[in-house]
Amino acid sequence: MGSVLSTRAKVWWAVITVVVLVGALFPVVSIFMTSFKASSDINSGTFLPPRWSTENYEQILASGGSAQELFLSALRNSIGISLIATVIAVVLATLCAYAIARLDFPGKRLILTTALGVSIFPVVSIVTPLFNLWRNIGLYDTWPGLIIPYLSLTLPISIWTLAAFFRQIPWELEQAAQVDGATPWQAFRKAIVPLAAPGVFTTALIAFFIAWNDFVYGISLTSTSAARPVPAALAFFTGASYFEEPTGAISAAAVVVTIPVVVLVVLFQRQIVSGLTQGAVKG
Amino acid sequence: MASITLKDIVKRYGDGFLAVDRVNLDIADGEFVILVGPSGSGKSTVLRMIVGLEDITSGDLEIDGVRVNEKAPRERDLAMVFQNYALYPHLTVAENIAFPLRLAKGKHSEEEIREKIEHAADMLDLREHLDRKPANLSGGQRQRVAMGRAIVRDAKAFLFDEPLSNLDAKLRGQTRTEIARLQRRLGTTTVYVTHDQTEAMTLGDRVAVLRRGVLQQVASPRGLYEQPVNLFVAGFIGTPPMNFLPGEVKDGRITLPFGEFDMPESITKAVGDRGLVIVGLRPEHFEDARLVDPSKKDRGHTFEAQIDVTEWLGAELYAYVPFDMHESVKGQLEELDRELDGEGLRTQFVVALDSASRVRDGDTTDLWFDPTKMMIFDPETSENLTRDEDEAARIEEENAEDRKRSLERAQKQDAQV
Repeated sequence: MGSVLSTRAKVWWAVITVVVLVGALFPVVSIFMTSFKASSDINSGTFLPPRWSTENYEQILASGGSAQELFLSALRNSIGISLIATVIAVVLATLCAYAIARLDFPGKRLILTTALGVSIFPVVSIVTPLFNLWRNIGLYDTWPGLIIPYLSLTLPISIWTLAAFFRQIPWELEQAAQVDGATPWQAFRKAIVPLAAPGVFTTALIAFFIAWNDFVYGISLTSTSAARPVPAALAFFTGASYFEEPTGAISAAAVVVTIPVVVLVVLFQRQIVSGLTQGAVKG
Repeated sequence: MASITLKDIVKRYGDGFLAVDRVNLDIADGEFVILVGPSGSGKSTVLRMIVGLEDITSGDLEIDGVRVNEKAPRERDLAMVFQNYALYPHLTVAENIAFPLRLAKGKHSEEEIREKIEHAADMLDLREHLDRKPANLSGGQRQRVAMGRAIVRDAKAFLFDEPLSNLDAKLRGQTRTEIARLQRRLGTTTVYVTHDQTEAMTLGDRVAVLRRGVLQQVASPRGLYEQPVNLFVAGFIGTPPMNFLPGEVKDGRITLPFGEFDMPESITKAVGDRGLVIVGLRPEHFEDARLVDPSKKDRGHTFEAQIDVTEWLGAELYAYVPFDMHESVKGQLEELDRELDGEGLRTQFVVALDSASRVRDGDTTDLWFDPTKMMIFDPETSENLTRDEDEAARIEEENAEDRKRSLERAQKQDAQV
């Protein structure tokens, strides 16, 4: 493989990159711009807001804003439910992946295949039975009622990423630490955990985003602000009057819920890039 | 510092595979012992049982006379250098070296730890790398960090598991001498596993040769070379390897693939009443007939050989001579070749001639050899019939003396510095 690209190839790559970038970022930027438009300018048809206004943000965040109640409770639900689902998924997946990477036991492949099967199972097909079941056993419109289905989304992918990550850890280090005078627990904590941490962290981020972004479960298994997460709550925004579309408020809410995701990725970019195991063994 | 004793050590894996079969080995305090053998001989398993990473199925392992079979690795107080170095990638070189010291909580003050790190770093030439991470080091530097981690804590013994196999050839030679010097200076009991017989010969006070989990022979490098107990040891030690030729004996004369010769008395005695033996001749016991000193020429035999390929190496010249293998020993020699990780492509023998020899590919030339150097092996038991126990004992004694002298010298020099 030649490492130097020809000029022609470079041009093509540049074109493709620009197209992909514009395709991916245009909607985001557009929503961002819309969120700063005053309600009277929503239909102005311009990309940039004719007049920058924080009206929409006041509506969802400031006390007395028309959608404030709806949005803030939804935000609380989203954060709480996603965090709990993430923590449970990561703890369980860590134990599971550790066993898969380290031990030889019957049914190892079965676990991985099952996890894969669960993760590709279409969400839409379970939602209706789940709706009936949840109503009968009293989980409908509660936090656990969302956390449990979220686990079905986050667990499989956590198990897969962590198992792949754990397989790369040179377990010889654990033995080396034991020879160096560590107890098995010390060996695990001082030699393995520092290497596994970036992988666990990355997995937690991915799991969190999956739970955070869910819409189908969120809208189907909740009915009040007791458990409704942000993506579902956006659909219940109302305009200032019956004839006014709540486009601006929805855009502002979308921007607000995107910010944590962006911040997390920017902050932990380095940890996500897990070049840490290099050099442990022959490079 | 400590002695290590293995008594009837057996390792049988869960699936019934017998990896190590009744190994007995006495490693004296301060001794450098090599475990050597081809792949699958169980040498690494023995080492891992000594350090405690592998359970011992039966037998006793004693360190300083105390049975340690059930002790965890950290209680055995041994230091090990792994084949892949097993450095902690998240720690700097200094912290890697300090790792065992920090684990022994409260034993060393911060000041002491720093001193020890620096001492080890100086000894291993790592001073300017102390703040770097292992990922940014070369293979040789990583290897030295691993050694630093081993020497920093005054362990009872050092264990090396093929520490040089990931280095390139030149570095391997340098590191080899470095390890030898370090060990002599510190005088620490060392067990070293390798599949490379050059490492075994150059480093060890004594070398233990393993084959399929069974200990074949424990002796000084010279003892193994001159007085091997059987075909396997004879074939494993020496480069190029010993030539094995079928020899038919009749009326006091022996027929080798390249001629019929009178047997010296010692050989006749060793052969006994056997009609067919395997004859071992080292490449260096042949010479170009034209270059042999006239005074010793009469002691040996000259024969004509058709040279196939030659390799001129500057200091000497290897010439390959094809021959027909006798059917009755063919199977056994092929099996031996496979065990020694060979490919057994063709039957040929190698002779190492003086580099002044003008023998070249395809020549027919006169070669000379000394029949008293022949080793005779029983084709059934593969035992060395020419082994001289008295001579072997004498070699071991000499070796022990030499070793003691060089240890004392090294430590005296160290004390002066």
